[in-house]
Amino acid sequence: MRPFDYRRVADLQPVDQPGDRLIAGGTNLLDLMKLEVEAPRRLLDISRAGHDRITAHEGGLRIGALVTNADCAADPRIRADYPLLAKAILAGASPQLRNKATTGGNLCQRTRCQYFMATDTRCNKRQPGSGCDALQGVNRNHAILGTSETCIATYPGDMAVALTALDATVEVLGQDGTRLIPVAEFHRLPGDDPARDNVLRDDEVITAVTLPEPAAGRQSYRKIRDRSSYAFALVSVAAVIELREGRIARVALAFGGLAHKPWRDPQTEAILTGRPPSPALFDQAADALLAKAKGRGGNDFKIALARRALAAVLTEATEE
Amino acid sequence: MATQSATLDVNGEAREFQGDPRQTLLDFLRLDLKLTGTKKGCDHGQCGACTVIVNGRRINSCLSLAIMHDGDQITTIEGIGTPENLAAIQRAFVSHDGFQCGYCTPGQICSATAMLKELAAGWPSAVTEAVADTPAPSDKELRERMSGNLCRCGAYSNIIAAIREVMQSEKGT
Ligand SMILES: Cc1cc2nc3c(=O)[nH]c(=O)nc-3n(C[C@H](O)[C@H](O)[C@H](O)COP(=O)(O)OP(=O)(O)OC[C@H]3O[C@@H](n4cnc5c(N)ncnc54)[C@H](O)[C@@H]3O)c2cc1C
Ligand code: SF4
Ligand code: FES
Ligand code: FES
Repeated sequence: MRPFDYRRVADLQPVDQPGDRLIAGGTNLLDLMKLEVEAPRRLLDISRAGHDRITAHEGGLRIGALVTNADCAADPRIRADYPLLAKAILAGASPQLRNKATTGGNLCQRTRCQYFMATDTRCNKRQPGSGCDALQGVNRNHAILGTSETCIATYPGDMAVALTALDATVEVLGQDGTRLIPVAEFHRLPGDDPARDNVLRDDEVITAVTLPEPAAGRQSYRKIRDRSSYAFALVSVAAVIELREGRIARVALAFGGLAHKPWRDPQTEAILTGRPPSPALFDQAADALLAKAKGRGGNDFKIALARRALAAVLTEATEE
Repeated sequence: MATQSATLDVNGEAREFQGDPRQTLLDFLRLDLKLTGTKKGCDHGQCGACTVIVNGRRINSCLSLAIMHDGDQITTIEGIGTPENLAAIQRAFVSHDGFQCGYCTPGQICSATAMLKELAAGWPSAVTEAVADTPAPSDKELRERMSGNLCRCGAYSNIIAAIREVMQSEKGT
């Protein structure tokens, strides 16, 4: 690990020194600092900077940036009204990690691309312009949607996939004041600038995530992975589905493991909306979702896996 | 880079941390305090061997900086029980052969101790059928809740048996 200065801060403030880096639970940042993938000059410890409560907010809830994943998933209001969020969080990491992981840190966790996490490989995300060893390498856990020729990494988290289907908003504070960013627009596609995972500016800090009024309908989270616990998703699906008179009245779907951001596809949702559920309809929805999917060898299987995961989630959610 | 200091309550004793802020809580416990019960497996949050209890919550001490724990209450395996005075969970691990090599055991025991409190508080897990309901203390729940602790010797079924015995004896008293 490279040397750094350390300072504890008492409140969340915009970052004003280049080279300063926030540390919350530390479960991702310290991991990467040990690997020297990250080498901040100074750590600002925000773990006691408040913002650790879940409060009522405009008919929904406001989750402070320092609320731990464990506390969020155990909160009775989250469990009752946003079970999808509790399920997604509980499907991630381990109990020990969730006790430290924070809402803000979880959103900003970096990719698990193994070339990114090593310093002796070429990686455009870690070292812009150096190349991408995943394109021709071991790319089993890489993206099939929204990739570019410079990066095929995925956003690895679970919580943000649920937040995307729940139409949540990220509240950030910068030198110019507060900005509200829909979670669906918080992470970005790699394009020709894969070094940036999300749209947060260098001075901005996340202060909270807000949830709108609870949506009607069934909520579910299905995560498919190499072992049944303590592993990142190969594919995950977050769904909110409301049935009325035998038809899908409203549907929100978000996918993890497929792209550099939680993936939401309006066309897939439009195909399903207003129609009676059937295997043929689910197939049509999967066709739309995966029309532009591109495998790179190791991850070709994700195309079939995503199709089946979608069908399974839709079947379960539309059962009488 | 300046030397910095913090005071931690480790197993009920005030202990000074002074030094390089890069030091993890795990290395501070093992190298500075010579509390070598807590083990280093992966050093990357992937195995649970380094599990300790901080302010009542189990965490991976390898992914936390000692300097960040000023004022925190830390319980390590040495604070759970001693060879002369084993805690119930430690006795249960012995009587059920909840280990072979024993390397993962301090982490398993610290983890299980805090896990039982989480379960008693009604926290759901990934296998809880409806997350809004109070979880049933099934073996499936126990296995999922202990999944943050790997055991290369594969003592898993005996670990669950040991935990179950402690749950039953606590219910009886
Ligand atoms: C072995 C292992 C398995 C895991 N499995 C999963 C999994 O299955 N699913 C999953 O979703 N996650 C998983 N994780 C990742 C884990 O969820 C993240 O490490 C955690 O959520 C990060 O939160 P933190 O508070 O510890 O962040 P930190 O490590 O403290 O910070 C992470 C990043 O966020 C930035 N940051 C933190 N807070 C703020 C803020 N308020 N504003 C702006 N920036 C901020 C930091 O500067 C840093 O860049 C796993 C991690 C490990 C080690
Ligand atoms: S996929 Fe992205 S993160 Fe992985 S090596 Fe290529 S550029 Fe780096
Ligand atoms: S040593 Fe900390 S989790 Fe493995
Ligand atoms: S007893 Fe050997 S690793 Fe668990």
